Amino acid sequence: MQVGKLQRFRPDENLLYRWKTKSLGYLWSFGRFILIAGISFVIIQPIIMKISMAIKDKQDILNRMIFIIPENFTLDNIRHAMDILNYFPSLTNTVLYSAIIMFLQAASCALAGYGFARFDFKGKNVLFALVILTILVPPQTLMVPMYLYFRNFDLFGILKLLTGKESINLINTYWPSIVLSATANGLKSGLYIYIFRQFFRGTPKEIEEAALIDGAGGFQTFFRIMLPNAIPPLVTVMLFAFVWQYNDTYFASLFMSQTNLLSIQIASLPANANVYISLMYEQMPDAKADPNHVAMIVDTGILLAIIPLIIMYLFVQRYFVESIERTGVIG
Amino acid sequence: MKKGMTLRRRQALLGISFIFPWLCGFVLLFAVPLLQSIRYSFSKLNILPGGGYELESVGLSNFRYAILTDATYNRLLTEAVLDMVINVPLILFFSLFCATLLNQKFRGRSVARALFFLPVILASGAIAQAELAGLINMTGSAQAAEELAESSALFDTLPFTSLLLDLNVPMVVVDYLIGAVNRIYEIITSSGVQILIFLAALQSIPSSMYEVARLEGATSYEIFWKITFPMVSPLILTNVIYTIIDSFTNSPVTETIYNTAFQSLDFGLSASMAWIYTLTVGLLLIGIGYVVSRRVFYYH
Repeated sequence: MQVGKLQRFRPDENLLYRWKTKSLGYLWSFGRFILIAGISFVIIQPIIMKISMAIKDKQDILNRMIFIIPENFTLDNIRHAMDILNYFPSLTNTVLYSAIIMFLQAASCALAGYGFARFDFKGKNVLFALVILTILVPPQTLMVPMYLYFRNFDLFGILKLLTGKESINLINTYWPSIVLSATANGLKSGLYIYIFRQFFRGTPKEIEEAALIDGAGGFQTFFRIMLPNAIPPLVTVMLFAFVWQYNDTYFASLFMSQTNLLSIQIASLPANANVYISLMYEQMPDAKADPNHVAMIVDTGILLAIIPLIIMYLFVQRYFVESIERTGVIG
Repeated sequence: MKKGMTLRRRQALLGISFIFPWLCGFVLLFAVPLLQSIRYSFSKLNILPGGGYELESVGLSNFRYAILTDATYNRLLTEAVLDMVINVPLILFFSLFCATLLNQKFRGRSVARALFFLPVILASGAIAQAELAGLINMTGSAQAAEELAESSALFDTLPFTSLLLDLNVPMVVVDYLIGAVNRIYEIITSSGVQILIFLAALQSIPSSMYEVARLEGATSYEIFWKITFPMVSPLILTNVIYTIIDSFTNSPVTETIYNTAFQSLDFGLSASMAWIYTLTVGLLLIGIGYVVSRRVFYYH
């Protein structure tokens, strides 16, 4: 119909050309759809498989006919995995811990980023080069001194003066990470400082000048005017800080290997699941756990660990993608 | 703040007070440990029963041991570097490609974007560890598990390989392509942040440039290479650096370093391994940064 209409008004070669571009356009959107659908599938396929594993009954393990949807449903896997992971206490712990670290990092990195973006002082460029250095040096280089430092924590011998004790052991408490992130030296802090600096450099200077003339001090200007305007980098940094802390195994295994954090629980889940399942066959003390069953429990546990993140992501992803675009990571 | 200071001086003081928390942390928790770690790498560290420790200088022997004697360190390090050399171009290409796709207008774009960034949220060392451990448990051997994990793409590449070889494509290229196909999951999951960075770069290109190009009769292909690519090229450098650092923070090498320190309790050796590693990464970054930055086009 569209074609017939065009035929009346336009010469033939023009029509042919239009037809060609139009069909090429359709072809491209079809090709694009296939590509995007394919890549999306690769991304969500493991999650779908894990869900399918989590609701699958033991007797379906060796059933070859099953593709994704099991024949016999059960909640046993989820119950066992929750039991092994000590799920709800660990989850509350991890979320609280990640949230505290997130706020501390966002605060300290925003301060540093603003300082680097807006003020001139001697050695600023050298100091900022050092920030970049903290991004580039692998954290493993600092692992041993850091561990010893927090194992024998003593700030300039002040503690010794106050309490008389030699030093205190902060390993297996939350303090090492808290100290690190409060001083903007935690996990990937350099990157966050960089993000804030890029954003603040892009904001107009006139706002601060107006605030200065109205009699606001430096910190007042920052907290009442600059920070409320810095929502995009704040969202980005807070999301990154939360998620990366939630998933982190480096600091967790270095400083807090005995604590009840989800990432540590997950890392030791396969071994624990093995023991747990062997204990389930009470009548046969020598029986070994079925590896397929263990794998099922492990998959369920991993799913349980990532589900809170996925739910959170569903709510914030819109802001996240938008704010990345406005953050000016690109400078 | 006292009166009588010039505005400039006051501003400088204010700036320093803003970065003060970071500066404290940097000196106490980065610079000092960094220097200490250099010292450890040249010494043997004995933990005393009371909780303290003492150092015993051993010269270069830790480094010599790590490079020449240790059974696996050498191999792991070269493997990590080779892996990176293969992965970085693939990740860059893939993420730029995805960013251009996601920058176009189509129905369901916001859903697609949300999905593409999901790996950023889910990338976790703990999960990868648990999955590998699960596989080892299932197959009974680490070797088999590794192979299984690699072939879990379940895509039979054999006919494809022989087809390419029949076409007289050089073996190296075929190997690379097949490797790329087999790594597709790894590549997709590790390019989330890179896609974000490229996407932000694409959106900062002024649309007037595209309008002019269209008016002058440039094709989409030309527009990509003459406008889009040069405009995002500074970000290529950023992404290369990010990818290298990212690929190195969670590698078998770091695991070895960790295990040397906390399982065999050889802190000195661990520190020297970490330094060899840091220097390798640093040299690579400098080399690649130099090569890439000479080709980058800066608009401003």
